[in-house]
Amino acid sequence: MKKYIGFLLVGIVFGITMTKSEAISWYRIQEMFRFQSFHMYGIIMTAVVLGAGLVASIKRFHLQSWFGQPIHIPAKAHTYMRYIIGGTIFGLGWAATGACPGPMYVLVGNGLSVFIVVILSAVFGTFVYGMIRHRLPH
Amino acid sequence: METTFFEWITHPWPWWLGGIMITVIMGSMLFMNKTFGVSSTFRTVCAATGGARYSNFFQFDWKNQMWNMVFILGALIGGIISETLLASPDEMTLSSATVEDLTQLGVQVDTQYMAPVSLFSWQSLLSFEGFFLIIVGGFLVGFGARYAGGCTSGHAISGLSNLQFPSLVAVIGFFIGGLIMTHLIYPLVLG
Repeated sequence: MKKYIGFLLVGIVFGITMTKSEAISWYRIQEMFRFQSFHMYGIIMTAVVLGAGLVASIKRFHLQSWFGQPIHIPAKAHTYMRYIIGGTIFGLGWAATGACPGPMYVLVGNGLSVFIVVILSAVFGTFVYGMIRHRLPH
Repeated sequence: METTFFEWITHPWPWWLGGIMITVIMGSMLFMNKTFGVSSTFRTVCAATGGARYSNFFQFDWKNQMWNMVFILGALIGGIISETLLASPDEMTLSSATVEDLTQLGVQVDTQYMAPVSLFSWQSLLSFEGFFLIIVGGFLVGFGARYAGGCTSGHAISGLSNLQFPSLVAVIGFFIGGLIMTHLIYPLVLG
């Protein structure tokens, strides 16, 4: 259990961050897809700009992990069909539920227990993808 | 009276603080030799509940993914802490244009919760709108995230930070889907 304590703590910080920045709010997602507020764009852009600086620093200075190993950042495969089609399907669901996967778990903690059903449905969606993926264009 | 740090963080955070903290979270995962990506937990659940019998996509050692399951357990606990110990004294300030649009769609705007309870509750599951948004919406998230090889955390945050062009394509897809749902399908479903 000791090796997992770090992930538990980071998860708790994530839950608090997503709630307090209101990124788990269905209303904020509606604002974003209606281009009526800067809030969500501000969050994502800040995270990406700082994140890009961090990743570049890790590569440039060959930074090591806390366990003393080199940090490996996996690259995404260079095909495009899966990203555009899969991405669009994901976007439909993101706007419908007002939540991407991370926030779904936070929302259950927030007291919106019906999001358990959203999670189970998402697990089922993943299961169906696993069943038919060889027939889909990637 | 002086505001303590503890009091200060109970208020809704400005966007820049949310952004900074997400980078801290993504960075912490990298320094623990893992990649920040939440949707793969759905695949882990499939594998852990016997999915390998149905598809080789679920044939992997899911116990190696325990770190991510612990992470989402933490996320859930963080959600509880936010609403109890750190309960916000303020209401969310939503764009008035959005309030107007949603009211026109017939949505009761009540920002006491993170989602309108008229659409997202156990009772609403029995209505067409509730069933569509909760069950169909959840399905599309799970199917689409795995098809695209990642969700907002994996592509928009981890992928874009690593300057991955495929992640940019995925994020463009997220927006195409989100705009279609918001502007074309919502009026049909809620109308």
